[in-house]
Amino acid sequence: MTIDVKFFASLRERLGRSGAQLDIAEAATVAEVWQHCTEQAMPANVLMAVNLEYVQAEHPVHDGDEVAFFPPVTGG
Amino acid sequence: MQIEITPEPLYPWQRLEAYERQLAQIGKYGATAVFVGTMRDFNEGDDVAAMHLEHYPEMTEKYLRNIADQAMQQWSLLDVMIVHRVGSIQPNETIVLVAAWSAHRADAFDASRHLMELLKSRAPFWKKETLNSGTTRWVEKNTPG
Repeated sequence: MTIDVKFFASLRERLGRSGAQLDIAEAATVAEVWQHCTEQAMPANVLMAVNLEYVQAEHPVHDGDEVAFFPPVTGG
Repeated sequence: MQIEITPEPLYPWQRLEAYERQLAQIGKYGATAVFVGTMRDFNEGDDVAAMHLEHYPEMTEKYLRNIADQAMQQWSLLDVMIVHRVGSIQPNETIVLVAAWSAHRADAFDASRHLMELLKSRAPFWKKETLNSGTTRWVEKNTPG
C-alpha cells in the first residue's frame, strides 16, 4: 500500500525533506512508517497525525493515508 | 463563526469592528471576550528581529474549526472568531485573534481562554525566529501561560 508521509518545521529540516511516498506491507503502524522513512530512532517529543487527526505511534495505517510527523507546536 | 489563516497583516480591532457590524445577534450579546497575541521583540533572553510561522494547512484549519465547534457546544456562545497569521511576521504585528460572544461574561471569558490554550498546545503551527544577530532558530516550546 502507498502512504503519503509529511514532515514539518525543525523535523523537516533535520531530515532534509518535506515528505515521501512510501510503499509498505499491509498491517503497518505509524511507528513503522517512521522507521521505513527515516531509518533512525523517533525523538520522544515527535507528534503524529493520520489524515489530519492526532494519533499515537501504534495507530494502524491504511492504503492512501496521509501520515504526518512534526515537533511540538508553537503557534499563538 | 469565522476561522481564518492568513499570510496578510492582521489588524484585530478593525477586524472586530467589521465583524460585529454584520453579526446577526446584535442586541443578544452582552459580553465579548477578545484575546490578541502580538509578536514580541525578545525571547529567551535574545532580541528578535523577525519571525516565520509555518503550519500544516489542512490540519490547522480543521483543528481550529473543531475546537470552535466544540466551544459553541460546551458554552452558551453566540459566535466565535479565530484568525491566525502565517508566513513572515515582524515585531509588534498581530499573530492571533480569538474572540467569543455570549449573553453574559463567564461563557465568553472561559471559552476564549480555553480556545487559546488549545490553539497554543495543539494547533500545528511552528515559529522560527531570526535574531538581531542574524541567527535563525526554531522556537522549541510555548510559554506556560
